[in-house]
Amino acid sequence: MTGPRDATNQNQLMTQMESPPRPQSAAGPVVGKPIDRVDGQAKTSGQARFAAEYPYPGLAYAALVHSTVARGRVTGFDVAEAAAVPGVLTILTHENAPSMKPPPRATLTNGGMIVTGTTVNYLNTDEVHWNGQPVAVVVAETLEAAREAAGLVRVAYRESQATVDFATEEEHAVPLKGNPLQRGTARKGDAEAAFRVAPVSVDLRFTTPPLNHNAIEPHATTAVWDGDRLTVHEGTQGIAWLRAHLAARFGVPEASVRVISPFVGGAFGGKGPVWAGTLLTVLAARATGRPVRMMLTREGVYRTVGGRSPSIQRVALGAAADGRLTALIHTGVTGTGRVGGLPEAVTSPSGHLYAAPNILLRHSLVELDLLPNTFMRAPGEAPGTFALEAAMDELADKLGMDPITLRMRNEPETNPIDGKRFSHRLLREAYAYGAQRFGWADRTPEPGSMRDGRWLVGMGVATAHHGTMRFTANVTVRLSADGSVLVRCGLQEMGMGAATAQAQIAADALGVPFEAVRVEYGDSTLPTGPGAGASAQTVSVAASLLAACDKLRRKVRALGEGGSLAEILARAGRDHVEAAVGSQTRLGTLAGQAKFIAKFLRDHRRWVKAGCGAQFCEVRVDPDTGEIRVSRWLGVFDVGKVINAKTAASQLRGGIVMGIGMALSEETLVDPRTGRIMNPSLAEYHVPVHADIPPIDIHYLDEPDPTMPLGLLGLGEIGVTGVAAAIANAVHHATGKRVHDLPITLDKLL
Amino acid sequence: MPAVLLRVNGTTHELDLEPQVSLLDALREHLGLTGTKKGCDQGACGACTVLADGVRVNACLALAVQYEGREITTIEGVASPLQAAFVAHDGFQCGYCTSGQICSAIGMLAEHGDDVPSAVTEHLAAGGVELTDAEIRERMSGNLCRCGAYNGIVAAIKEVAGADAAARVPAEAAR
Repeated sequence: MTGPRDATNQNQLMTQMESPPRPQSAAGPVVGKPIDRVDGQAKTSGQARFAAEYPYPGLAYAALVHSTVARGRVTGFDVAEAAAVPGVLTILTHENAPSMKPPPRATLTNGGMIVTGTTVNYLNTDEVHWNGQPVAVVVAETLEAAREAAGLVRVAYRESQATVDFATEEEHAVPLKGNPLQRGTARKGDAEAAFRVAPVSVDLRFTTPPLNHNAIEPHATTAVWDGDRLTVHEGTQGIAWLRAHLAARFGVPEASVRVISPFVGGAFGGKGPVWAGTLLTVLAARATGRPVRMMLTREGVYRTVGGRSPSIQRVALGAAADGRLTALIHTGVTGTGRVGGLPEAVTSPSGHLYAAPNILLRHSLVELDLLPNTFMRAPGEAPGTFALEAAMDELADKLGMDPITLRMRNEPETNPIDGKRFSHRLLREAYAYGAQRFGWADRTPEPGSMRDGRWLVGMGVATAHHGTMRFTANVTVRLSADGSVLVRCGLQEMGMGAATAQAQIAADALGVPFEAVRVEYGDSTLPTGPGAGASAQTVSVAASLLAACDKLRRKVRALGEGGSLAEILARAGRDHVEAAVGSQTRLGTLAGQAKFIAKFLRDHRRWVKAGCGAQFCEVRVDPDTGEIRVSRWLGVFDVGKVINAKTAASQLRGGIVMGIGMALSEETLVDPRTGRIMNPSLAEYHVPVHADIPPIDIHYLDEPDPTMPLGLLGLGEIGVTGVAAAIANAVHHATGKRVHDLPITLDKLL
Repeated sequence: MPAVLLRVNGTTHELDLEPQVSLLDALREHLGLTGTKKGCDQGACGACTVLADGVRVNACLALAVQYEGREITTIEGVASPLQAAFVAHDGFQCGYCTSGQICSAIGMLAEHGDDVPSAVTEHLAAGGVELTDAEIRERMSGNLCRCGAYNGIVAAIKEVAGADAAARVPAEAAR
C-alpha cells in the first residue's frame, strides 16, 4: 500500500505537524493501583455462572455428529440405531433441519458479520468442507443419551479431492491483496538488491505449526426460544456481534435476540467468531421447541472452532559490519479455509521494529479444505516476532555483537516502513531497565559457556510488539444521591478484570471511592459495548466512560454548587442523575460508527500506535536428553498507562505462559492425508502446566500514550509476542543449536 | 433407574441416575452444583476436581454410582483461606479452572501433610518434605490454567501453607 515515495511525503508532512497532544486524563487515586478483582469472591466460591450453567425447565441436550471426510457431499444417513436410544428427541440433518439464512457479507452497516467463523450454512447443505464439520445434531432428554446417540449416527459420503496439507501447498500460495489495516506487500527501497551486497547477512526459513486456543471452558450455548424471541447464554467475546449474527441467520430482528454472557471461561480469540455449536444449539431449540444446551466436547472444540494458522516464513537480513541493517526481507505464507478464515499477518512486526533503509514484506495465502483459521492472541505478531527476533539473534551472532546492542543500533526514530511517527515508543528504556534487572551483563556470549551443575544454561532476549486498536462503546453512568455509581456497558469479561478496571476509572473520574462503583456488563440489553478483541476493550470503554463521567459532572453541577456530586444531588432533591454516551438506535449507531471509523483512519494515517517490550529469559537444557526447562523470565513492557497493577501484570504474565507453550510444546497435528486433527485433546495437545512455569517477573514503564484515552495502549496480547524467539535464542545460547521450527521439542536438539 | 444416594457438602441427595452418569454430570446437571467445571471430560485438565473423603478426584472420570456413601465436597462446600489468598494473589483470570485449583490445592496440602511424596521429592520415604515452589508446581500440575495464573496460584498456596508467608509476587501486594 505504501511505497517509498509515500514515505517521503509522509516525512515532509510530519515535520509540519504539531507535537503530540497531552494525555486526556491524569492518574487519580485508584487508577494504577493493584486492586482485587470485583468478581473474585464469585469466582473462588463457585458462584460465577458460565453459559452452560443456567437451569431451565424442560431443558434438552444436544450433541454434534462430525464429518469424517474432508470434502464431498453427504449421500445419506442411517439414524435407526441412534433414534432407538431412549430419550432421543430428534436427529437433525440437512434432510430435516429448519432453514437458516447463510451469513451475509460483512459491511460497514453490518458489523456483526465480521465474526462469521465460516460461511457454511450448517445442516442446510449436504456439502462437506472440512474433516470434522458438523453434519448432524442429536437432541435428547439427557446429556448421556445425546452423546451416545451421536456416536451411533452413520453417515455416507461421496468424497471429492481435498487439499489439506499446508506444507506441500507452499508453492501454490497467492500473494495477499492488502487493505488499509493490513498490507499484503510493502516495500521501501530495493531490499533484494541491498541484501545481495550486504557485508554480513542471514537468510533463514522458519515454520510455526497450527495452534489452538484451548480456553478451559469449552464453547457452550444454552438457547431458549419464546415465539420469535431468542435468549442465548453464551461465552462470547462479542455480545453485540453475536446478537447481530444470530438475528441475521434466524431471520428475526436484533431486538428479539438477547445474549447473556457475564462470564467467559477464557477465549483468546476463539470465542470471537460465531461457530457451529452456537448456531446449531439455537437451531435445535427452534426445531424442538425446547430450551437446549450444548457444551462442545473438547474434541468438538478442535473440530469446529478454528485456531491459529501455521506459517512458513523467510527472514533475510543484511547488515554493515557495525550492525546497521541495510536490508530486511520478511515474507510469509499462511493458510486459511476455503470457507472462511483470515490472513495471519506474520510479516507485520517487520514494518515497525528496525530502521532498515530497504524493506520488503510480502504475505501469501494458501486456501485449504480445512476448518477456517481465526484470531488467536496476537494474530500475526506472535508467530511473526518468532521469525524476526530469532533472525536478529542469529545476525548478532554472525556480527559478533550483543543482541541487545544490535537491536538498539537499529532502533528507528519513525516507523520504518512508511516514516509515520510513533505516538509512543520506549523500547530503549525497556531494554535498558530489563538488562539491568535481569543481570544480562552476567551472560557470557559463547554458546554452551554457562552451566549450573549438569544443566546447560542459556539466556535470550527478544522484542515484543503489538499494534493498538480501538472500537466504539456505548456507556451509561448513573450517580445516586447515596453516592453510589452504576456503570452500564455490554462489555465482556473473559478474565481481564474488565469490570474492575472500569470501576477504577469511574471512581477517579467522579471522585468517589472504588467500592461505591458497580459495573453491569455481559448482557445485550445493556448499552452496546465493544467486542473484546485486539486488546482494545479497556481503552474503548474507558474513552466513552470518561466522556459520560464528564457529562454527568456537568449535569450535576448545573443543579448546584459546593460539596461532592452526591451532596449536590441530595440538596437538589434528586434521587439520581444519569449520563449516556453513544446511540442505541440503528441510525445513531451507524452514524456513530461512520464518524468513529473516519476519525480512526485519519488517526491511523498520522500515527503508528503500538505497545512494545523486551522479553528476557533463561533456560536450562539437559545435555543428554535435550529437555528444556524455562528457569527465569522478565518482561519489561511499554503499554502506556496501566489501570490495575495486579490484573495487568497477570494478563502480561498469561501471555508469556501461552508463549512458552507455543515455543516448547504446542502443536495441532493435522493428518496430511485426511485433514483430520489427530490430537484433539488436552492430553495430546500440550499447554503449559504448573511445573513448566517459573516465576515471571513483570515490569511496565507506565508512561501514558499521548494520543490514547487515559494513555492506554492495550496489553491483552503483547505478552505472547517475542516469547518463542527469546526461548529459541536462549536455547541456542545454551546449546549452540538453532531450531527454526516450532515447537522446540527435545528431539530437535539431539 | 437405580436410586443413588450421594452425600455432597454435608447433604444427602437421592438421585435417579443411569449407571453411566459421571460424578461431574451428576453434580452439574442433576444437583445444580455448577461450581465444579467441565473442561475436557477426559481427566486431562483438572477443572472438575472435587474432594471425596478429603481426597482429590477428577469428577469427570468418576461414575456417580461409585461414590455412594462417600463424603463429596465441591467448591460450594469449601470454606478455606485459600479462597481469599487466590483473590489477593490474583490466582485466576477467567475463573473457570479456579474451583478445581482450589479443591486440588486442599487435597494436595492434605497429601503433603500425610507425607505423600511427589515426582520431585528427593527422598521418597523421608517425610517432612518442605513445600517448595517446585513441590507445589509438581503437585498441582494436573490442574491446567490457560489464562496462565500459575504464579499467583503458587503464591496463594504457599501463603496458606505457611511455607513462606512473605512470598508475595513483587509489586502486587494486596490492597
